[in-house]
Amino acid sequence: MRRAVRPLLVIAFWLAVWQLAAVAVGHEVLLVSPGGALARLGQLIPTTDFWGTVWHSLVRIGGGFVVASVVGVLGAAAASASRVFDALVTPALAAIRSTPVVSFIILVLMLPIHGQLAFVISFLMVLPITYTNVLEGIRHRDRSLLEVATVFRVPLIRRMPAIDIPAVLPFFIASCKIGVGLAWKSGIAAEVIGLAQGSIGERLYEAKILLSSADLFAWTAVIIALSFGFEKLVLALLRRAELRLARGRAT
Amino acid sequence: MITLRGVTKRFGDQVVLDGFDLDLAEGGVTALMGPNGSGKTTIARLLLGLTVPDAGEIRGIAGRRRAAAFQEDRLCRQLTALSNVRLVLDHDVPASAVVAELDGVGLDAESLAKPVRDLSGGQRRRVAIVRALMADADLVVLDEPFKGLDADGKNVLMAYVQERRAGRTMLLITHDPAEAAWFGAHVVELEPRA
Repeated sequence: MRRAVRPLLVIAFWLAVWQLAAVAVGHEVLLVSPGGALARLGQLIPTTDFWGTVWHSLVRIGGGFVVASVVGVLGAAAASASRVFDALVTPALAAIRSTPVVSFIILVLMLPIHGQLAFVISFLMVLPITYTNVLEGIRHRDRSLLEVATVFRVPLIRRMPAIDIPAVLPFFIASCKIGVGLAWKSGIAAEVIGLAQGSIGERLYEAKILLSSADLFAWTAVIIALSFGFEKLVLALLRRAELRLARGRAT
Repeated sequence: MITLRGVTKRFGDQVVLDGFDLDLAEGGVTALMGPNGSGKTTIARLLLGLTVPDAGEIRGIAGRRRAAAFQEDRLCRQLTALSNVRLVLDHDVPASAVVAELDGVGLDAESLAKPVRDLSGGQRRRVAIVRALMADADLVVLDEPFKGLDADGKNVLMAYVQERRAGRTMLLITHDPAEAAWFGAHVVELEPRA
């Protein structure tokens, strides 16, 4: 009971701080109160435009994350098998990781793929994390179990779910936890800078132009909820996969 | 016949085997005995193809199917005993046959339902030995397979190994002369490294 109440108390505390700050500022335009933001959210949710906007960003940012995860896993597998691939790709991905996101945003805006800006940016931000983590996982596989597979000539198709994937999965899950948040932050930033039509980023930009902090806070709450929900969904799917692997070849 | 002739193996500056010779009689049991560090496990690894000699040659192992119970259990911790054994078996070996073998060495239905990480050390040893003996192999290497087992468990497993070996060539690494004698093994004593 105490455990369940504690997070609610923390939320209530910070809402109270926000409310006090809003009262101190005294202008709903500059700093909306929690109630004001909630009311604006209540106005937005029933509209078709709201769901269209959410869908627009979800498809691109979520898509970028999923494609980056798949490419990152395949790339890491290739790097573990080929030193040449590793030597060529690993430094390139390290460079992507160190490059400011805004450089990529501007670069993509200059290219004919600017319509897919949020997709490309979330892809580029997630790819190095997935690649690096999964490669680390592959390198941390239990050598003694790999030797067992060699001695008994266990085929790759059976070795992977029993030895390789269980070793790599915790590293992949860690990359997903970081990657989801990063995909949303960078994707939305890209939408704001690139003014992607019909996106959440565009709504945030409009909030700035119209000096509507109610819209800013309402859409920010939507982004947080989407990022949180997306992360929970991804992790639930991975946990399910983990349980299926643990069943092994029992029948 | 499997023969090692003039086999040398170094790890850095350490010479573990220096011009070592060994004959493994076809279908027989050879017991390797000797103090820790004398190179017993290195010989096992050479025979299993997990390492190669720096000099000398090994004849008669090409194309052989091999199986082993290592010093450590080397089981997939998240899998059940049944899944661990089935991992190394051909598809045509039914689960019921594996269950019967595991049951025969004292693993009851309750133990079989658990992932091996929840089994005791003795139970995991049983799984590792059943895995090695059920595998379709003509060379079986057992590296201190009965270490840490109580007397009853050891007797059950030694009888199981003897019955299940069924004329296959076997290398047994042990510190216990009684184990070697029980299997009627040809004993090879390794000298302590200088």
